[in-house]
Amino acid sequence: MKNVKMLLAGTVAALALAGGTAHAERGTDGDLKILFWQAVSTLNPFLSAGTKEVLASSIVIEPLARTDEKGELTPWLASEIPTVENGGVAKDLLSMTWKLKPDVKWSDGTAFTAEDVIFTWKYCTTPDGGCAQRAQYEGVKNVEAVDPHTVRITFEEPKPYPYSAFVGPQSPVIQAAQFKDCLGTKAPGCTAANFGPIGTGAFMVTDFKPNDVITYKANPNYRDAAKPAFASITLKGGGDAASAARAVLETGEYDYAWNAQVEPEVLETMMAAGKGRLEISFGTQTERINLNWTNPDPALGAKRSTTEAGPHPALKDPAVRRALSLAIDRDIIVEAGYGKSGKPTCNIVPAPAAVASTKNDSWCLKQDLEAANKLLDDAGWVKGGDGIRAKDGVKLNFLYSTSTNSVRQATQELVKAMWAEIGVGAELRNASASVFFGGDPASPDTFQKFYSDVIMYTNNFDGTDPEKYLAEWLCDKMPGPANGWQGQNIPRYCNPEFDKLVGTLSKTADLEKRAELSKQLNDMLTEEGAHIPLVHRGDQSSFSVTLEGVKMNSWDSQVWNIADWSRKK
Amino acid sequence: MFTYTLRRLFFAIPTLLVISFVIFALLDLAPNDPTGDLPLTIPPEVREQIRASLGLDQPFLIRYMKWLQQFFINEPLNIFESLTGWQFGDGERMRVLSWATRSPVVDLIVQRLPQTLWVVGLAYLFGILIAIPIGVISAYKQYSIFDQIGTFISMVGYSVPTFFTGVLLIVIFSSYLQWFPSVYDTNLRVTDFASFMAQMKQMVMPVAVLALYNASQITRFVRASMLDNLHQDYVRTARAKGVKERAVLLVHVLRNSLIPVVTVIALGVPTIFSGAIITEQIFRVNGLGQLLITAVQGADMPLVQTLTFIFAVLIVLFNLIADVLYGILDPRIRYD
Amino acid sequence: MTDATIATTTPVTPTVASTPARSAFGDIWHQFRAHRGGVIGLGVFIFIVLAVFVGPYIHTVAPNALNIREKNQWPSLAHPFGTDNLGKDMLAQVLAGGRISLAVGFTAMLLALFLGTIVGLFSGYVRRLDGPLMRLTDLFLALPLLPLLLVVIMLFRDTLRGAFGPETGIFFLVVFVIGITSWMHTARIVRGDVLAIKSQEFVLAAKSSGMREYRIILRHILPNVLSSIMVSATLGIASAIITESALSFLGLGFPSDFPTWGRLLFDGANFLQLTPSRVLWPGLAISATVLSVNYIGDAIRDALDPRALKH
Repeated sequence: MKNVKMLLAGTVAALALAGGTAHAERGTDGDLKILFWQAVSTLNPFLSAGTKEVLASSIVIEPLARTDEKGELTPWLASEIPTVENGGVAKDLLSMTWKLKPDVKWSDGTAFTAEDVIFTWKYCTTPDGGCAQRAQYEGVKNVEAVDPHTVRITFEEPKPYPYSAFVGPQSPVIQAAQFKDCLGTKAPGCTAANFGPIGTGAFMVTDFKPNDVITYKANPNYRDAAKPAFASITLKGGGDAASAARAVLETGEYDYAWNAQVEPEVLETMMAAGKGRLEISFGTQTERINLNWTNPDPALGAKRSTTEAGPHPALKDPAVRRALSLAIDRDIIVEAGYGKSGKPTCNIVPAPAAVASTKNDSWCLKQDLEAANKLLDDAGWVKGGDGIRAKDGVKLNFLYSTSTNSVRQATQELVKAMWAEIGVGAELRNASASVFFGGDPASPDTFQKFYSDVIMYTNNFDGTDPEKYLAEWLCDKMPGPANGWQGQNIPRYCNPEFDKLVGTLSKTADLEKRAELSKQLNDMLTEEGAHIPLVHRGDQSSFSVTLEGVKMNSWDSQVWNIADWSRKK
Repeated sequence: MFTYTLRRLFFAIPTLLVISFVIFALLDLAPNDPTGDLPLTIPPEVREQIRASLGLDQPFLIRYMKWLQQFFINEPLNIFESLTGWQFGDGERMRVLSWATRSPVVDLIVQRLPQTLWVVGLAYLFGILIAIPIGVISAYKQYSIFDQIGTFISMVGYSVPTFFTGVLLIVIFSSYLQWFPSVYDTNLRVTDFASFMAQMKQMVMPVAVLALYNASQITRFVRASMLDNLHQDYVRTARAKGVKERAVLLVHVLRNSLIPVVTVIALGVPTIFSGAIITEQIFRVNGLGQLLITAVQGADMPLVQTLTFIFAVLIVLFNLIADVLYGILDPRIRYD
Repeated sequence: MTDATIATTTPVTPTVASTPARSAFGDIWHQFRAHRGGVIGLGVFIFIVLAVFVGPYIHTVAPNALNIREKNQWPSLAHPFGTDNLGKDMLAQVLAGGRISLAVGFTAMLLALFLGTIVGLFSGYVRRLDGPLMRLTDLFLALPLLPLLLVVIMLFRDTLRGAFGPETGIFFLVVFVIGITSWMHTARIVRGDVLAIKSQEFVLAAKSSGMREYRIILRHILPNVLSSIMVSATLGIASAIITESALSFLGLGFPSDFPTWGRLLFDGANFLQLTPSRVLWPGLAISATVLSVNYIGDAIRDALDPRALKH
């Protein structure tokens, strides 16, 4: 009996599929239930740039262009992507022109025009507003309307890769009429607008309970009359990753749970219920161990972990840096903590394919304890009675810190065990994420302070171009007392040649040459041991088996195509 | 007793001011930062601007004075205005704004109160209602089967943490049996019988977890205190006088045993307001506990400061109530 | 072993001080032995302490030895409690975790109990101190725990690590932090009891007979508030063990490769369906410890009951 039912259900589904989208109608599939284990605090991504806020707001407000699941730019509110070839980008790279889609309406029925685009730029760049997405508009001199549906952006200096302002979920267009009185210091006071931005997206906000639950309904003025299939969305927040995945995979109460960062075997147990599936996509996130190139000895007081403290007594030896990498079995780390959502990597720029290097894979991807031991033996590091190597009174005993997260603590333990095999000791430490990434100059536990020998975390870059990201390893980006510990060059790596090459990259427009330069920079960092890349991390979310049309995307918002999502019938 | 109460209320004002200052200083000293949650792709310069826009670049004392003004003058005026419809000045007053949501803290708290009272408050009430009779019977029939089972359940209930019992209940009742939802719906409005049942269903598990925990604690104190009093001379006297056993137990012994129980309950009631952090997280009740913990993690200082301060007011108030109750329960206790 | 002796003798000392030591202690032991629950509790407790301290010499697997190929195993001869998701032996971890949990649980509880009892006695007995001490208690009750912990750790961790090494330093810190944040309930409860007792006839009689104040406190007040203190002690151990796990989860406690019962339970909660033994044993260990301490406490209280001693 059950089989017959399933067969019938299958046939119905097949028919529905065969029917195609032509018969689809707006709002016929009921309520879409989404679970975020970190609750959304506001729907204005310019005021809070957290991933959860950006995702939740991307359901409502949209940019001119998005990056699709393959990593390619796709026009969204614009009718085409401006390039040098089609004349959209000026030959001198000093300006670009966006043509807007003509028939787009805000959810309140008014027309979407160039004025809204210009206003968005003004909104984010007005001083004292604390706009979190300011960096998206870096180098933009002016934004002006050529006509109501054409926008020209001029840059202060030639911009080889200009797709940052108004591109991607971090830089959506907001409605000028709604936010006109919310510029600068007045921005936080506009609670109603921040909690319910009017957008052009497939859904509009009906109710927002900060840090708890958001309800959306289908936008009656959405540009595609047949979409979205769902009539409403309930987006609940809070809890933890494991129970969020459980609510989709095991109890089936929800349709989609964002970010299933849970041990792979736990997810497998949950999937046995047959109610959900996992979808994975890979962006540019790399879990890495940064090696401290400066001396973090507490005896040095305020100078510790700065260039003034001098080079690290043990890690200054290239043999030690190389051996630490060789000793690590990345496959085991992936298996224990990431499953299908991780791949071993030796690159800090692991994607997109065009800029991902393979040069160091041969020596670095596979664990080689013999080679690591030999390297250390040859360099004169001799094992003592406690099994820890030492040379000239310097012991290979490292303080290894990271943020609190069960996968990270497991990785720490695994790496500690692997290093023990080559006579390297480690003391583990973890700090709560809000402290570790908080950047409070008074705290000794931030990753910028780096008051330890090695440190582990994940970083990535937005979009597909790594130029800004690679510039983080410039000599003058080192954190230190002078800049309030705010630099991004965490390992304190400094190589004039690297700096020069970054300078060349910023002046190169040709995409192939840019890719070549990026690879070179990436290889330099891995070879010299600024860090040990461990895992290329993917985004993994759980979805109900009844949900169709999902295209996981790590380059843009995970819900970028939510207008196309539908319920299997 | 009346003058004592007045004097205590008067002294509560400087006490609370000191407490609010200590809390503010503590939060300022704590090393977490409001930009800590942001992706690393946000550059340091932008982070600095965000901090400045939150007022974090101002000196500590000025920020404290601002909070005092916003909380003690602006917020009460605002409440008064919305109640009466009158307006003072131009009505443009800076309210206490949360850093994470950029919305008034008081509104957030009002929004969270219903689910916290429903779940945490009810669990506390159930806890007390279960604990007192069990404690009384356990003490009266010391070392009986009833007492042994009661001891066993309450000690296990107290020593197994809610982060475990919560997950266990979800696996049993949501995954396998599918009786109750694992996610609490804060949008549910009770309008008819069906929605009432839905509300009951979603409350069962969190209330059960919390009630067990609360009852375990209170019942131990009831039992211990009853045992102390059961052996007192006055009990023997009362029995010898021929007072009915039930009256001895409930009128004389229980009344005299209530002092530690009143203390524990008075200490517990304010914690209803601070919510049940772990239980609220597990079942996604998203009440005041979840509000507090997200605020602490996100270093949302105005929100943490306001919540903690209201909590402090309740602590001072309920400890005062406890002291007054001592005097009523045992007239020999005098403070004057 | 040391913990056990401390736990069973400390509450006794005050009364012992005022009477000839041997006979009083013998008397108490005699009373204690008559209490069946207390004897069983003591037996269980000694067993746990022995297992935790001697066990590792019998089950010699290292608690932090990883073997990823043997992960998530159910109980077997080689791994009587199974293994966790990194292939660590659960029995070895429960044994190793017990040492830390018991040590932290008892010392933190004793510290909290000591502070709470002192504050409670003084504010209940000495009227002048009542106001200031109780307002201090209000302040501590109101302090938000998490930011307080962050500040304490930030200020003292590196100093303590430098002075005592990473493990002992953290141990002191954890005990201090738990003790300093959990004495307030005991203080309020003791104070309430003292207020009620000090106006009773026998205390007034002792006073009028010219007995010294400290002797009144030791002989008459303390024994009568002992039952509430005992309950606080039992509950205090449980919360100290659990709080420790919350600390290490926040990165404020022991390094993550140091197992403790609370932490094992926390880490195992998500693996409930996959390897139930991961949560069963640590949970059982905590419960058994708390239950046994509860019965020991009951027995001591009965043995020390002033009215019972007369017979």
